[in-house]
Amino acid sequence: MRMAIEGGRVIDPAHQTDAVTDLFIADGRIAGSGQPPAGFVPERRIDARDRIVCPGLIDLCARPREPGQEHKATIASEARAAAGGGITTLVCPPDTDPVIDEPAVVELIRRRAKAAGRVRVLTLGALTHRLHGERLAEMAALKEAGCVGVGDGGRTVASSRVLRRALEYAATFDLTVFLTPLDPELGHGLAHEGRVATRFGLPGIPVAAETGVIARDLELIRDLGVRVHFGRLSSARAVELVARAQEEGLSVTADTAVHHLYLSEIDLSGFDSRCHVLPPLRGLRDLDALRTGLAEGVLGALCSDHQPHEPDAKQAPFGDTEPGISGLDTLLALSLRLARDGILPLSALLARLTWGPARILGLDSGHLGTGALADICVFDPDAEWRVEADALRSRGHNSPFLGWELHGQVTHTLLEGQVVYAREARE
Amino acid sequence: MSAANLQLDRQGRLLHFLTVEGLSRRHLTEILDTAESLRGVAERRVKKLPTLHGKTVVNLFFEASTRTRTTFELAAKRLSADVLNLNIATSATTKGESLLDTLRNIEAMQCDMFVVRHPQSGAAEFMARHVKPHIAVLNAGDGCHAHPTQGMLDAFTIRRHKPDFPSLQVAIVGDILHSRVARSLIHALNILGAGEVRVIAPRTLLPAWVESLGVRVFHSPQAGLREVDVIVMLRLQRERMERALLPTEQEFFQQYGLTEERLALAKPDAIVMHPGPINRGVEIDSRVADGPRSVILEQVTNGIAVRMAVMSITLGNHARPLEEDA
Repeated sequence: MRMAIEGGRVIDPAHQTDAVTDLFIADGRIAGSGQPPAGFVPERRIDARDRIVCPGLIDLCARPREPGQEHKATIASEARAAAGGGITTLVCPPDTDPVIDEPAVVELIRRRAKAAGRVRVLTLGALTHRLHGERLAEMAALKEAGCVGVGDGGRTVASSRVLRRALEYAATFDLTVFLTPLDPELGHGLAHEGRVATRFGLPGIPVAAETGVIARDLELIRDLGVRVHFGRLSSARAVELVARAQEEGLSVTADTAVHHLYLSEIDLSGFDSRCHVLPPLRGLRDLDALRTGLAEGVLGALCSDHQPHEPDAKQAPFGDTEPGISGLDTLLALSLRLARDGILPLSALLARLTWGPARILGLDSGHLGTGALADICVFDPDAEWRVEADALRSRGHNSPFLGWELHGQVTHTLLEGQVVYAREARE
Repeated sequence: MSAANLQLDRQGRLLHFLTVEGLSRRHLTEILDTAESLRGVAERRVKKLPTLHGKTVVNLFFEASTRTRTTFELAAKRLSADVLNLNIATSATTKGESLLDTLRNIEAMQCDMFVVRHPQSGAAEFMARHVKPHIAVLNAGDGCHAHPTQGMLDAFTIRRHKPDFPSLQVAIVGDILHSRVARSLIHALNILGAGEVRVIAPRTLLPAWVESLGVRVFHSPQAGLREVDVIVMLRLQRERMERALLPTEQEFFQQYGLTEERLALAKPDAIVMHPGPINRGVEIDSRVADGPRSVILEQVTNGIAVRMAVMSITLGNHARPLEEDA
């Protein structure tokens, strides 16, 4: 289908484009912008006046819960939520059930995602067999099956020897290793080790649970020259360590989850289980440092760390609840608030949601250059909405942002030139 | 909504007793004064008042406890309530029932008050958030968070011996990190205006940011016990050694145990307290535990009066709106 997205403010951070113009799509790819290519006659037009047109969002960490936890959500349900949130690609970590440590699981997810349509689901393969941190996973086979990287999901490989070997083996096949740094011993708690945990008598997770692991990993990376991405950083000190490694020239990237830029340990007050997350919500200084790290590009991506839950998972005393926030629906609007608050320019912000994660994944996507896949998000930056449970398309309503007034509403999401979500028909 | 707000009605009256933190001196004084007036009940021939006649109190214990459960039971019975003891640790939840389901089932038995003990911090607050409005929830200890009636009975015992709080120096010794008793007592003492609250422990048994609770930190009893009016020893659990928080019980006793020599550092009329049950020779020497300065058994007696006070205040406040409507 040939399509024209007309009159929108096109922001394409990869090409440093920020202009009101038209965008043309043919055969699922970007056919050009500004003037229509010769002989281009659109079959469909999208009126994007007063709206922003940007590459579809790429979410580096989202758990659709399938396979294994379909009582929480499914690829189909979360694909709907992703499309409604302007997300065109999401990356599923390997801690599914069964674990993504064999090609059959990759294939299963691909099939389900294809059947659901609406969003591209990419998978990370396991770094170690069953994520047990003991034996190497079949990384070459996982890569061949389509995994875009390897990692052990939310788990940290405790053995430095195994990790070193795993990093080397992954590098052999040019795989990026995705690590979520949390020392399994020190990270055995419920909340940031700070004032609130002390008052509430909650077992604390010190910052060192994150930074100790990062420091170890950086030493290995320096030795081995492998490519590593640290996911979901939560502390100021972690940002500092990664920044220093980047200055040194190590091949290290990092992201944070958007909720870490808005919530801190203080939000646990009242034992609010919706704020039970891992890594834990930390202090205000950490929150500020993460924002700065994002603005300065130390954190090259911003993700949802989407973890939908059934209501029962959060209906218990804090320590008996499952960690995680349902984040697909709010990723864009929460992120936009950073630009509204002047933390970073809009274009830079959108880069962290599109081009930044694409580069981390080594994909030629996340941009609107001619010939690129037409994964596009059109949104009204001024549309105000209130986060209510019934406004969330994800099956998980476990959001601490319920009741928040946000700006920015997606009107159209295109995946390879197909409209997979349309809010209204002003076409 | 914070716990402090959750446990108060719009007029600021106590509906549940979940934590001491966030309450006012007026609330605490009301509990202490009511306990004072109820203390004599135990000395009467008929140890009963009709205050909670026709009310049903359920002791919902998800964690084993004989002493606390017994004192709550006795307190409720002395107020003429019917009491039901449910030891949930060995029944419903082990069969996979959620806490909310357990709550709904017991609620359906037309109860008026839940006394809750649970291994998770925040459990009592969770229950208060979900119970029907006519039910009062009393926290009988949740995780490492709070044990407010214990904190108040300690404050009550202190007030009976040393009523001038601004001049008081109180030392709490031992496992502060895991102690809900310590947290509740610290809040109570600070709200009541105690001169200084000290905590004395090795760093492994102190939470990070402990100073933010409003205490002065000492690692040495020699310094921390000097000239104090009250010494509160905390129970040390054996598992602390297994979890690498301490090397041995012997070393703990040598460094922090309350001996007569160490007691001599305090003021001559200092009192010694302990929430019980005590580990003789681990946190306290028998000669001190049984000595003239020990008020440990008095604490147990006072515990009943304080729990009676909290029960009558909270259930009284629950009943009030109905009376006002009528």
